[in-house]
Amino acid sequence: MALQSLDIRRRSATTTPPPGVRQTTEVAKLIDVSKCIGCKACQAACMEWNDLRDDIGVTAGSYDNPRDLNENAWTVMRFAEVELERGKLEWLIRKDGCMHCTDPGCLKACPAPGAIIQYSNGIVDIHEESCIGCGYCVTGCPFNIPRLSRKDGKAYKCTLCSDRVLVGLEPACAKTCPTGAIVFGTKEDMIHHAGGRVADLKRRGFAKAGIYDPQGVGGTHVIYVLQHADQPGLYSGLPADPSIGPAVTLWKGAAKPFASFALAMVALGAFFHYVVKGPNEVSQETEKEFEDEKRPR
Amino acid sequence: MKNDPDKIVRYTPYERANHWLSALTFILLALSGLVFFHPAFYPLNQLFGGGVWVRILHPFIGVLMTLSFGIMFLNYRKLNLMTPTDWQWLGHVKEMVEGDDRNMPEAGKFNGGQKVLFWMLVGSMLLLVLSGVVIWRAYFSFLFPAVVIRLAAVIHAIAATIIIALIIFHCYVALWTKESINAMVSGQVRRAWAKQHHPGWYRQMTRGEK
Repeated sequence: MALQSLDIRRRSATTTPPPGVRQTTEVAKLIDVSKCIGCKACQAACMEWNDLRDDIGVTAGSYDNPRDLNENAWTVMRFAEVELERGKLEWLIRKDGCMHCTDPGCLKACPAPGAIIQYSNGIVDIHEESCIGCGYCVTGCPFNIPRLSRKDGKAYKCTLCSDRVLVGLEPACAKTCPTGAIVFGTKEDMIHHAGGRVADLKRRGFAKAGIYDPQGVGGTHVIYVLQHADQPGLYSGLPADPSIGPAVTLWKGAAKPFASFALAMVALGAFFHYVVKGPNEVSQETEKEFEDEKRPR
Repeated sequence: MKNDPDKIVRYTPYERANHWLSALTFILLALSGLVFFHPAFYPLNQLFGGGVWVRILHPFIGVLMTLSFGIMFLNYRKLNLMTPTDWQWLGHVKEMVEGDDRNMPEAGKFNGGQKVLFWMLVGSMLLLVLSGVVIWRAYFSFLFPAVVIRLAAVIHAIAATIIIALIIFHCYVALWTKESINAMVSGQVRRAWAKQHHPGWYRQMTRGEK
């Protein structure tokens, strides 16, 4: 939820152009998984800036805390212990949260006008006061990110600190990260910076290091540097090739205007059938038969 | 009014009440469901007190219609079993559409077209109920994986389109075939109407008279 109103690229459930005269620079948050130490300062900063406190949970034998995203926790560190080579344990810690897709499945699925918007800088934001709580955004998201609140039934997720970015600040998580694993800037700069990190990792023996900026959703505005970019699934199930998917495309694509048109044609067809063919009445013959039957009585 | 000798009872008061309960819940479901279907229909949410109310109410109205329609299914399932004559009737359906019923094979209480409509409605309702449970976020969606929910959302939309088309058709043929709405309102039809449109049923009902 933020205040921009002149630089909207996409607006949910809206068939006419949204106000978008102002073109802002595309931004991105780069999360370098190889630099992350799992301190959770980003989680704390997120809670602090957005002023949200989750209930105290229960430990489940892992460092993941809370165990999943929820309406109060818009980002969580996911800890994965991986042994690609025998005896060489790797602790892959990924900060999970909204990826701010260029082609956002949540926005595409949302039936409430203006409940989800995408700014020209690439940030995808939920406007909770327009949200009707149907959960279609959860259905549409290829990364399983939005969460419906148990308290008010609205959907919540990371805003990429759209309120901070609006006034020229970096997101709270990037501001607080002590190792520089989270950096924020223009998408172009972040891709350039990530390229340098990948080259460095490759020199250090991670031959498959790479950038995670999945093209199936048109690229994202949160990008990762991964040591094993060939196997994103290692990072607590990061999808290898996320896309909006055929079901959601069919559900929210051209099929619905077509179906609406078809229904109108059924009604119109029926109307013209009546006008052309006339009503289906009891025939004169049958009527006469019953009148004759009555007469002698 | 009660025992008019010129008329035959087609639907009992209880059958009529249940039919109209299904009809009313269907109208509410179609209007509220279209809100989610396409932005062009979103303004319909005002009929229900806003988008959030539509989201809350739609599934509960669905439960009501499921019960009512379920009873109709149990009442009419045997009467709607297809007979060879019904298939022949469907073979001649083009003439019926042209408005010429002189050569139509004899229809019983329901003709072949009504029976096919019945089974299509039953099929659509089944899909709507099953997929509807899966996408009911407040109580059930957490039980299903995302892939299943996505598929259910598509199935729900497709089945809804089909059932709305079927019901438009159902309403039209009721309007087109004069006096048939009386059957579902007063429960009675004229003998001439019965003989004209449902001769097999007419013979069955008047057997033993005279």
